[in-house]
Amino acid sequence: MALVKIALAGEGGQGVQSVAEIIAEAAYNEEKQTIYIPNFGLEQRGGVSIAFIQVSDERIGAPKFNKADVVIALSERAVGRTAHYSDENTLFVYDSSFKVDETDLPRQAKKIIGLPAIDTANKELHPRVFNIIIMGAVIGLTNIVDFEAAKTALEHKLGYKFEKNPDLRELNFKALELGKQMAEESLKEGVQEHE
Amino acid sequence: MQMVAPATPKSWYLPTKPHKFCPGCGHGIVLKALGDVIDELEIQDRTIFGCDIGCSLLSWDFFACDSTQTHHGRTTPVMVGIKRARPELITIGYMGDGGGYSIGSQHLLNAAVRNEKVTLILVNNTNYGMTGGQMAPTTLPGQKTETTPFGRDPELTGYPTKGPEFIAQLTPDSAYVARATVSKYNQLRRFIRNALRNQIEGNGFSFVEVLSTCPTNWRTNAQQTWHFLEDEMEHYFPVGELKNPFGKGGK
Amino acid sequence: MQQVITENKKAFMTGNETAAWAALASGADVMFGYPITPQNEIMHYWTRLAPQYGRGFLQTEDEISAGFTVCGAVQSGKKAFTATAGPGNVLMQEPFGMAEGMRLPLLAIIQQRGGPSSGTVVYSQQEVALTTFGGNGEGWRIVYSTATHQEIYDYVIKGFNTAWKYRFPTFILGDGYQAKMREPLELYDPETRGIKMIDTYPLIGLDGSITAAEREPQHLCNIYSLEEELYDVVLKNTAEYESISPEIVEYEERQCEDAEIIILSHGVVSRAADDAVKALRAQGIKAGYFRPITLRPYPEKELRAAIAQSGAKKLLIAESAYGQFYRLTRQEIYGETVKMENLFMPGVGIIDYDIISKVKSIL
Repeated sequence: MALVKIALAGEGGQGVQSVAEIIAEAAYNEEKQTIYIPNFGLEQRGGVSIAFIQVSDERIGAPKFNKADVVIALSERAVGRTAHYSDENTLFVYDSSFKVDETDLPRQAKKIIGLPAIDTANKELHPRVFNIIIMGAVIGLTNIVDFEAAKTALEHKLGYKFEKNPDLRELNFKALELGKQMAEESLKEGVQEHE
Repeated sequence: MQMVAPATPKSWYLPTKPHKFCPGCGHGIVLKALGDVIDELEIQDRTIFGCDIGCSLLSWDFFACDSTQTHHGRTTPVMVGIKRARPELITIGYMGDGGGYSIGSQHLLNAAVRNEKVTLILVNNTNYGMTGGQMAPTTLPGQKTETTPFGRDPELTGYPTKGPEFIAQLTPDSAYVARATVSKYNQLRRFIRNALRNQIEGNGFSFVEVLSTCPTNWRTNAQQTWHFLEDEMEHYFPVGELKNPFGKGGK
Repeated sequence: MQQVITENKKAFMTGNETAAWAALASGADVMFGYPITPQNEIMHYWTRLAPQYGRGFLQTEDEISAGFTVCGAVQSGKKAFTATAGPGNVLMQEPFGMAEGMRLPLLAIIQQRGGPSSGTVVYSQQEVALTTFGGNGEGWRIVYSTATHQEIYDYVIKGFNTAWKYRFPTFILGDGYQAKMREPLELYDPETRGIKMIDTYPLIGLDGSITAAEREPQHLCNIYSLEEELYDVVLKNTAEYESISPEIVEYEERQCEDAEIIILSHGVVSRAADDAVKALRAQGIKAGYFRPITLRPYPEKELRAAIAQSGAKKLLIAESAYGQFYRLTRQEIYGETVKMENLFMPGVGIIDYDIISKVKSIL
């Protein structure tokens, strides 16, 4: 596969880095070239958390990039912080559960997609798995890893929690599936073309 | 019922609020007490506030006072330099347990020996917060940190540093040395006031260590955080005035 | 010594974790360190792994102490190392200088961050000048600038051998991006790849009894009474450094033979440079790639040869600093008349697009 560049951003505590780690592990397990790097600054907490993931069959160059193939922004602040990673080839996804200012959205994108991940998590599953829905969405949008590989990586990372509470396993896998579906739907629907 | 918010100190710089400290961090409380005292003593215009590296550096633009951020452990000598050059200024150095007792220890020690007329406030939360929770000189025996993952072994790394105790030994009687805690706000404010008074009146060195909280790196919830501060730290590090030129030391 | 990697292991980890594993696999006996972002995790992993293999650790009171404790440990014949960044690197120049002066096999991993002063905690290539020629000496140092996690692993192992064989302080120059990013690599036991770890030996605390006249006491110093004594020492050590340089120098060169412009870079930036050269060639622009792996000793002869053979009209030096690698290169290839252009992005990552745009704008 050709190089895919993903930027995932949200408020600290939303699980952005956890999701990025799992996706990167899944890609690595499929013997793909993968780089995952978190942004990091001074504060331990607070601020927008951004994860940069690149997956390719070929050796990957620089660990960061100017423009992404997919941007997923999970909070208002994250939208503003990541808009500049979007150009005419980018799928820019934001969580439509919150109101976003038009002026914060990127000027250029292949498609701007609103996914109500937080709302869906709250209403249909559980607030805690909102980031796993996002993980499913990333896979649905990019097919960057095989769905089964993603489940394996998720199991590997959260297995210890699932041992204590087996219901969590089903909940998380459902979230993953749901996210993937939501993403695939949104691509078909042609939600809000942006020029 | 109307919520009554505590008054924001006049000496706080409003454009940088809300501040960037973690939820549950004690820095906010210490800086509130300091702000209250700066207001009370009306020294805002001639105060120079210096901060170190580590979480204390987040206070670099906290006050509506001239401020300077220095290097790790070098806040003390920078404050000394300012005070020596401009004795009319009130210099307040703000640092953590690493900046004071580890990399900055030789500066702290020597400033104390020379009875420099600076005021140093050292926030002790038993770990290096900003860099991710490594051992600090004040980490308690058995306490787990990123560089003591199996618990601090005093055989290997010594016992926690009791800073005010050794500062009290090194300084003449005109110095002010105390240890406060964020769990006792009025006392904290009183100790800071005494410390600054010591500088304003030209007596000598003033030093206040403040026991503080770091739930982020302690990985504790609210209850566990208060327990660690009040039941463990305050037992290991006695709170009170060790040296007080204004009268008998005490709680 | 207990074998650390029992069979080749593919792994997906951060550069910091890689460094810790490499030091373990190299047989390092002890690490001394002090917290500073972005290298802290080297200590975090070492403190968790070391006890299982009987290795030691101390978090010292500061970086000056971390450097001097390493000097002490290697003087006593144990394989010791440290890691630091930014202002910590500045502080360690004093002990690094002692290691130069006393020919101590010190190994330090540097994860560059923004400078000067506290700069940023994130990334840069702004510690080139400091790591290659810091301190009050003549640069008797070996500096490997890594670009991948596999290289971090390989060169930490090689670094220990270089240090103990040639007895010059040796540095693995990484950066905050390499430290914090995760990418795949393979961990291995050096012996399984035919890499023999050089035996260590003490300069003090030797075997044999002084009182029983079995040996002489060892007297080590780094200060001399007369100017002429120092002169002799400096000339001798410099001569030795220069004579071993050809054995140590490493570099990478691609498509320079017919290049019109050679892109010069080191460390993580070389990955972007490599991509840029490929892209430029695909667009019909004859770009070449030259990357020193050792910044000290610098592959000066090899670079001159590449310039001569290609007849290139321009060199483009790309670095995440404002001229440190440029000045190092310029002093090494003094006399070359090829025009030296620059892409200086201090403290900021460089991607292939940045280099490609720059090349197009100057050709």
